Amino acid sequence: MRKLSYREAIREAMVEEMARDEQVVVIGEDVGCYGGCFKVTPGLIERFGTRQVIETPVSEEGLVGVAVGAAMMGMRPIVEIMYGDFSTLAADPIINHAAKMSFMTAGQVSVPMVYRTPMGSGTGAAAQHTQSLEVLFTNVPGLKVIYAATPADAKGLLKSAVRDPGPVIFLEHKLYGTEDIVPEGEYTIPIGQADIKRQGTDVTIVTYGKTVFTAFEAAQILEDDEVSVELVDLRTLRPLDTATILASVRKTGRVVVVHEAPGFGGFAGEVIAQIVEDPATFAALRAPVARVCGKELPTPFNKTLEMQLPPSPHAIVDAVLALFPSAV
Amino acid sequence: MAIAFDRDRGMAMLSLMVRSRLFEQKVEALFSSHEMHGTTHLAIGQEAVHAGVSPALDPNDWIVTTHRCHGHTLAKGSSVEAMLAEFFGLSNGLAKGLGGSMHLLDLEHHNAGSSAVVGSGVALATGMALQLKRMDSPNLVVAFFGDGASNRGVVHESMNMASIWGLPVLFLCEHNLYGMSSCADEMVSVDSIAKRGVAYGIESSSVDGNDIEVVYAAVQDAAAYIHKEGKPYLLETKTYRFSGHSKNDQRVYRTREEERVWSQKDPIKILRDRMVSRGHLTEEEFKRLEVQEQAVLDDIAEHLIKQRHELTLDEAYSYMYADGGSR
Ligand SMILES: Cc1ncc(C[n+]2csc(CCOP(=O)(O)OP(=O)(O)O)c2C)c(N)n1
Ligand SMILES: [Mg+2]
Repeated sequence: MRKLSYREAIREAMVEEMARDEQVVVIGEDVGCYGGCFKVTPGLIERFGTRQVIETPVSEEGLVGVAVGAAMMGMRPIVEIMYGDFSTLAADPIINHAAKMSFMTAGQVSVPMVYRTPMGSGTGAAAQHTQSLEVLFTNVPGLKVIYAATPADAKGLLKSAVRDPGPVIFLEHKLYGTEDIVPEGEYTIPIGQADIKRQGTDVTIVTYGKTVFTAFEAAQILEDDEVSVELVDLRTLRPLDTATILASVRKTGRVVVVHEAPGFGGFAGEVIAQIVEDPATFAALRAPVARVCGKELPTPFNKTLEMQLPPSPHAIVDAVLALFPSAV
Repeated sequence: MAIAFDRDRGMAMLSLMVRSRLFEQKVEALFSSHEMHGTTHLAIGQEAVHAGVSPALDPNDWIVTTHRCHGHTLAKGSSVEAMLAEFFGLSNGLAKGLGGSMHLLDLEHHNAGSSAVVGSGVALATGMALQLKRMDSPNLVVAFFGDGASNRGVVHESMNMASIWGLPVLFLCEHNLYGMSSCADEMVSVDSIAKRGVAYGIESSSVDGNDIEVVYAAVQDAAAYIHKEGKPYLLETKTYRFSGHSKNDQRVYRTREEERVWSQKDPIKILRDRMVSRGHLTEEEFKRLEVQEQAVLDDIAEHLIKQRHELTLDEAYSYMYADGGSR
């Protein structure tokens, strides 16, 4: 069993796919000798050359649009954008074009592009470099949206994303150094399948991305309170694996949804809607549904304040315990 | 054309450049000792552009800066204490610790702040100029941007608007040869970004950005043109950042030889030597200047490190909506 960091796992997926298919091309700013803003791409240009690694000017709207056009002609670009915040600049080619290409052309044109970008706080980079903007994409039919937490999931899902015939948004957290076991050899993980990261019986925590680790910590603390947590890592936000969520909630009767993005209008609302709209799951609920999300605030630079923004293990523990009124 | 500074102006400009250099070195040291967190973008080597722009203009002219904004903020007159406090995230910082090193602003000194989304500030600066013009203000706005940011579409869109509407914008390209790791030779389709002006009907020029007397004169000429013609101007200053892009940059994308060649064009050294040869400065005086500036910086930093005035979360919330209203 070998361990890889999150960044190494992502790189390994890219290397394998680039070696398998020369149409797989990494495109982005400073992805050459610099190795990318978060050092995910070192060695790629040395190994694959400028036919498969294209360094671009600081032109987010243009470079993503160019990737869309190249993809229409058979390239399979993996675009790297330095910070998820700059998705606002690249929104036009992604949202107005890539997402709708297959539909508007009645299936005649497709855009097999992967859009990789990291999101989230904790880096001291202040309000314009730390947002969690996944709902920019999840509300757009035509896009698939992945947000893997672990190195193994990131690798398998990125390979599936590269092979997908349409546009896939591949979001990353910034804990790039996190190491975990990654299987040897070739494997893929299907897009659209959640993963139960921890089996439990009393409460379901649904989350994705970095807060999978926060929820894991909360689950361990809750063991002391003899609360058994089932942890559902969505891994893909769209298409959403509703079946896995519903089955878990029906089993435990309680659910807390967690993410770092602000709660208002956030993805947790969608997950909760799916749960309460299903009559059998609604009937199985033994407590109100709850969510623990990032604070409703742009990210302050000040470290003490920044650290208070994302859900903490203790905030999750409190939310879970509140679902067991008699036990408190 | 360059102008020759008299002794007083020379001393003022030299002090400012030295302060800017020492400020950056102090910040670098505070980052390496983990007394500061986050990231930072130093502009060591670009001091002639800091001191050569705002001091050459009317104090009521506005600036909009970039992620690499320390020197420009100093040159506009901000206090070192309020700047460093911001880097420490303290409530007596320029943005009460909410903005950090990439978001310095100081309205009192007509510094409207910086966007860390490079290039985006150029549109904001253009909009500020639109309003200045509407209100018949005699002032202009300096829109700083780098060679890297010059490739953002919004920079081009802004130049076009400023041109068709005749706005008082000084587009100031700080061309330091690199955008992060990418060299302008490979990323920009023309050898001089000043050439972009032609496409938008904007008068432009390109000058040596390491010679403050050249930059200063070019900025004054540009301002005179903007006022006289009622049109924007594009000034490119060619310089070099001696520092890495941000902390932890190993600078693998350029050679030590290239750095050595540029280090001979150190803007501080250029002005210092010139002043010495004009009899305006002795080596002794220069040493004393450095020691004085360093002592002031050290004092301020030392006293800030001990402070912990930080905003509370509730105070931070109160700034989210302009009306101070509910969450
Ligand atoms: C829109 C956008 N894309 C990418 C980045 C990441 N980034 C930060 S600084 C920088 C280089 C900018 O180069 P340049 O404009 O030449 O300014 P310099 O750093 O040389 O001062 C990049 C790409 C960013 N902040 N904003
Ligand atoms: Mg540059």
